[in-house]
Amino acid sequence: MSSTPQVRLQLPSNPLFLSGAREMVYQFASRCGFSDESCGQLALAVDEALCNVIRHGYGKDPDKPIWLSMTFVGGVATPETQDNNPTQALRIVIEDEAKQVDPTTIKSRDLDEIRPGGLGVHIITEVMDEVRWEKRTDGPIGMRLTMMKKRVSTGKSGEGEKCVDRAGGSSSCGSEGSKGQGAA
Amino acid sequence: MAEGTTMGSLTLTTRTEGSAVILTASGDVDLSGSPLLRQELKKHAGKKIVVDLSAVPYMDSSGLATLVEAMQTSRKGGGQLFLCALGDRVRSIFSIAKLESVFKIVPSVEAALAA
Repeated sequence: MSSTPQVRLQLPSNPLFLSGAREMVYQFASRCGFSDESCGQLALAVDEALCNVIRHGYGKDPDKPIWLSMTFVGGVATPETQDNNPTQALRIVIEDEAKQVDPTTIKSRDLDEIRPGGLGVHIITEVMDEVRWEKRTDGPIGMRLTMMKKRVSTGKSGEGEKCVDRAGGSSSCGSEGSKGQGAA
Repeated sequence: MAEGTTMGSLTLTTRTEGSAVILTASGDVDLSGSPLLRQELKKHAGKKIVVDLSAVPYMDSSGLATLVEAMQTSRKGGGQLFLCALGDRVRSIFSIAKLESVFKIVPSVEAALAA
């Protein structure tokens, strides 16, 4: 399974850049063979994660760095393999240089209580199949959020002829590890 | 009379129809533009507000939070808040957040004005 990102992007913590990030995620996921609905969900999850970094990690400072990496894992997606290779997935990593927090404190809140805010973590965990927040380990600052969404075969012909898995290797971008800090 | 303002990805046009205020949103309601929507909703708190979302292809939780806040303000202040013409992608985030039954969601501005 490749760990080298096929797309890696650094963007500033300015909300004006969110739409571009969403579009890139959507289009990359589409080329990886995800359905339109899944592409939208992936874009939403990334948006929510970036928003959490902007608001809670950086306190709305618009000039801080955020790194977004995407890796399609599971080999070449083709119509022939899509039904026999259920491990195909899109791995998305978001890293920052914000103050580190205890990842166990990042939780969804109770949705029975109707109030503004605090929905970002819930949305991320609802949309993605795997979610992990952790402190980056290369220094005293920075969090890393790793999210995975599996590519479900729709059985349609022609889908899946999209992304090529790269040979393995560690990925790095600036400082390591960060997570989108949740508002839970 | 209509006034249009843009912030980030969002453009908002405001007009009145009788005693109702119609906010027509165009573009994504995300963190870059939701403050504009919040500002307009607060300005007209206590009134019958109709938010036309027919030209909104995307909304995130900052948009949801803005609408929840406005809905709660509306309830306390004797106003009304209607959301109109939600697209599939916008409706899905309401569903994920379990907020579909919390708002008055109608198919059109006309339906909201008639309610």
